[in-house]
Amino acid sequence: MPAPPLLALHGVCKRFGVVEVLTDIELEIHAGQVVALLGDNGAGKSTLVKVISGVAPADKGVIKWEGGTVHIRRPHDARDLGIATVYQDLALCGNLDVVGNVFLGREIRRFGFLDEMEMERRTRRLLERLTKNVPDLRAPVVSLSSGQRQTVAIARSLLGGPRVLLLDEPTAALGFEQTTEVLDLVDHLRDSGVGVLLISHSMGDVKALADRAAVLRLGRNNGFFDVNTASQEQIISSITGATENVPRRPATRDAVW
Amino acid sequence: MADNTRAAPAAPTAEAPPPHAGRAVARAVEGWVAVLRRKLSAGELGSLPVVLVLAAVWIVFQSLNQNFLSPRNLSNLSVDIVGTGLIAVGIVFVLLLGQLDLSVGSISGLAAAVFAVLNVNNGVPEWLALILAVLAGTAAGTVQGFSFARTRVPAFVVTLAGLLTWNGLMLYILGTSGTVNLDENGLVAKLTSYYFTNDAAAYAAAAVGAGLVFLVPYQDMRRRKAVGMPHRSLRGIAVRTGAMAVIAFAAAYLLNQFQGLPLALLVFLVVVAGLDIVLRHTHYGRQVYALGGGVEAARRASLRVMRVQTAVLAVSGTMAAIGGLFLASRITSVSQSSGSSVLLLNAIAAAVIGGTSLFGGRGTTWSAVLGMLVIQSIASGMAITDIHTAVQFMITGGVLFAAVVFDALSRRSQEAHGRA
Repeated sequence: MPAPPLLALHGVCKRFGVVEVLTDIELEIHAGQVVALLGDNGAGKSTLVKVISGVAPADKGVIKWEGGTVHIRRPHDARDLGIATVYQDLALCGNLDVVGNVFLGREIRRFGFLDEMEMERRTRRLLERLTKNVPDLRAPVVSLSSGQRQTVAIARSLLGGPRVLLLDEPTAALGFEQTTEVLDLVDHLRDSGVGVLLISHSMGDVKALADRAAVLRLGRNNGFFDVNTASQEQIISSITGATENVPRRPATRDAVW
Repeated sequence: MADNTRAAPAAPTAEAPPPHAGRAVARAVEGWVAVLRRKLSAGELGSLPVVLVLAAVWIVFQSLNQNFLSPRNLSNLSVDIVGTGLIAVGIVFVLLLGQLDLSVGSISGLAAAVFAVLNVNNGVPEWLALILAVLAGTAAGTVQGFSFARTRVPAFVVTLAGLLTWNGLMLYILGTSGTVNLDENGLVAKLTSYYFTNDAAAYAAAAVGAGLVFLVPYQDMRRRKAVGMPHRSLRGIAVRTGAMAVIAFAAAYLLNQFQGLPLALLVFLVVVAGLDIVLRHTHYGRQVYALGGGVEAARRASLRVMRVQTAVLAVSGTMAAIGGLFLASRITSVSQSSGSSVLLLNAIAAAVIGGTSLFGGRGTTWSAVLGMLVIQSIASGMAITDIHTAVQFMITGGVLFAAVVFDALSRRSQEAHGRA
């Protein structure tokens, strides 16, 4: 019996009012693996991220952390487990500076007061790992470019060494060079044993990085693939729901997972 | 943002020239101009505009009446700003959340009534009545804060209900007694009537203030230097301390020309400085700013949103109560008209004119001082030059309008700057 997955979801449901957004979702994230979460717009990808990060807790279902059942009811719970998230809308406070955003909710204190110097030092170190052009650490985030903001959001998620990282479209706002920087980082994190859930619309990124792909369609699981063996056509047809037109491969789902 | 706000004058004096000429100063000024230009384009001017407005107001009234900048008038001015100013400090907290507290006027009246009825009518010792009055404000604010945080109804609606409720409660407590006169020599009356007649007191206060303005950044600079982090230059710190010291000592000199340092002014400045430190250098303050920047973002960063929102309105209620006691002290009486709506409007106007943004997340407690100085200077100048109160309202309204427009424009240019 191999080690249990770092994070596993079983039968997770989420509804907003009368709309059932997620139905019986199954998902596993193993340490040192990148799982791509794929699906068309409105398939429930971002909602699933919010369920795991505690922003929109699940209504039904079981979440297991290293084999043991856990309850994620608020962002605090997810953070305490070691789950960090880069949201699609980044969720930064525009009026705070870069340091303030990176350390928001986890400020370092010295004699009861904020230790700006130490926080600035660590922020710089963190950002230098991520990118070549570090933004002005004392500038309010609202004055940064969207690429720089993305870098800040990623830096914040890395603070404190997360064990599972949820990335919701981390490269959508980035140029070529920065995209490469982010993808390299994901690669590096995988090698250091972090479990990564990557939402991306770029099949190129997915092919290059992911070990496995989980496809959502209309709020339900619609197939799991081994990215190295599955063809791009297979995955895309699963995303678009064209599976009815191609020969079904029921074996795929069981064989891989 | 921090640079400009800390350079705010702590006492009523005209803008001071640099302490001494020389190349060092010239270079520092050059640096400031560069920073200023960058901030101007980014829409972060801090308190510079309001300082310019204040200077203009003082120049105009001084040219209309030679007595305007007399030690006597300035000393009275410095005491007159305290009551409403303390209320405005509470308003700054609420504005930082991007919310509005309409109940502060009523709460200030309620606190004054609680004190008067307990102390004068029921013989409760002054100190106990004082504490209970302030706690009444805290309680009123906490109730409103919790309702606002829980129901997510905008704070201005919750506090509008509060405005009526607390005002009704005040009238109920005062009952048939109507006007209650306070003890002329009591603790509360002393709050605004006591002056440190010894000249040394004002100078000592100025020296302590200037010392802190120097020591805090100096220690920070040394720590940063030790680990090779970017830091401010010693020259920059020295020039700024010099400018602050000139303002502080000039204010102390002026106050000593009349009756000495007013206790009320000292309390006001200490409270403002203390709360400024709380807002900008503690975990709690960082959460307040974060909520002003985006409630959802703060929630996702696992901040306890409801707790912070409740605490902010509790602070505003507490400050309103303290301000109300100072206002009662100034006229040594409490009546059914205590905590009128003009008071509420002045407190909000002061915070906004002083540079605190209506959109949340930007501003410091010093804006309450600067805004009150502008409002009270206009009021005092009008009184001294025999201009009708009606004109005073219109001019104050104009200044407030200008401040709001400026706030909106700087916010927009900041966003445009971000997009560029």
